[in-house]
Amino acid sequence: MTSDTDPVLAEDPITGEEIELPADVEVGEIIDSPVTGTELEVISLDPVVLEEAPELEEDWGE
Amino acid sequence: MQIGILYSRIRKDEKLLLGELRDRGHEVEKIDVRKERFGLDSTTANVDDLDIVVDRCLSTSRSLYATQFLDSYGVPIVNTPETGDICADKAKNSLALARADVPTPATEVTFTKEAAMESIEEFGYPCVLKPVVGSWGRLMAKIDSRNAAEAILEHKETLGHYEHKVFYIQEFVDKPGRDIRALAVDGEPIAAMTRSSDHWLTNAAKGGETKPFDLDDRALELVERASEAVGDGLLGVDLMEVGGEGSGEYTVHEVNHTVEFKALDATTDVDVPAKVVDWLEAKAAAAADGEEVTA
Repeated sequence: MTSDTDPVLAEDPITGEEIELPADVEVGEIIDSPVTGTELEVISLDPVVLEEAPELEEDWGE
Repeated sequence: MQIGILYSRIRKDEKLLLGELRDRGHEVEKIDVRKERFGLDSTTANVDDLDIVVDRCLSTSRSLYATQFLDSYGVPIVNTPETGDICADKAKNSLALARADVPTPATEVTFTKEAAMESIEEFGYPCVLKPVVGSWGRLMAKIDSRNAAEAILEHKETLGHYEHKVFYIQEFVDKPGRDIRALAVDGEPIAAMTRSSDHWLTNAAKGGETKPFDLDDRALELVERASEAVGDGLLGVDLMEVGGEGSGEYTVHEVNHTVEFKALDATTDVDVPAKVVDWLEAKAAAAADGEEVTA
């Protein structure tokens, strides 16, 4: 049984290793892969799917 | 309330905002602009019942178009497309500040590298060359010599897209190793901090060290006037001290319209997301009462 405070487990899309995400992770959130440091985007939560995040573009910012 | 968030990436800032909205019991509609279609009369995004939408798009181009479409459907949105249009472009930003008689660094825009070279020589060295659209200190150049100027201008003309052929040239302000970021809602500051660095770029995104800063009366006045100059809203107003640290004299170099606040929240004792949501609730209530959202 899981609770709201349990970490979420997901597969790192680059290495295939299992990684831990914060319990309050959001769709659209960017996570730094603890394995490679690559930025990963949370695509969905049920099931948890991660993809490599888009490259930074020139018009990004504040 | 039902509050929409336009986004293309959930940063720490959006996460703080989402957490505060949900803690207060608001229904949040996350609108990923990458997945939606925006027609002339309607959109695939679920916006019909929203009390207000807050634009948190990371991409400036998406922010500017998506807010215009939502505004055209009559959806209350902050910041407004008009404010975004001014803040997203450094030339428009400078013009708005100058029009409102807010002190801002001397600036020229040129459209050829020859005219840019004339402008740079007249400013003298060092001076600063910035892209008209961009953030986080990216592609900004402090030009120390004619040789450097010639090289940078040639690179921009050869390698850049058309926006890089709009040369935005500015005096170099000899700030005391820090600048000031004030977060304000409709001109009223929520919190402020300094950003310090040995590098000439002091942006927090560039690793500048941040400390809380108490705005004095002059700074408060300038934040209010700078905010009003761009049409008000949830804004990051950036100031530099002229005449040394604590001089009480400032110049406002820009106003940011999809302002990041995680550094300010971590630096100061102010609960920044709570203050932002207080303001959003007030804006939504005003919109429900039929007032035009002007921010």
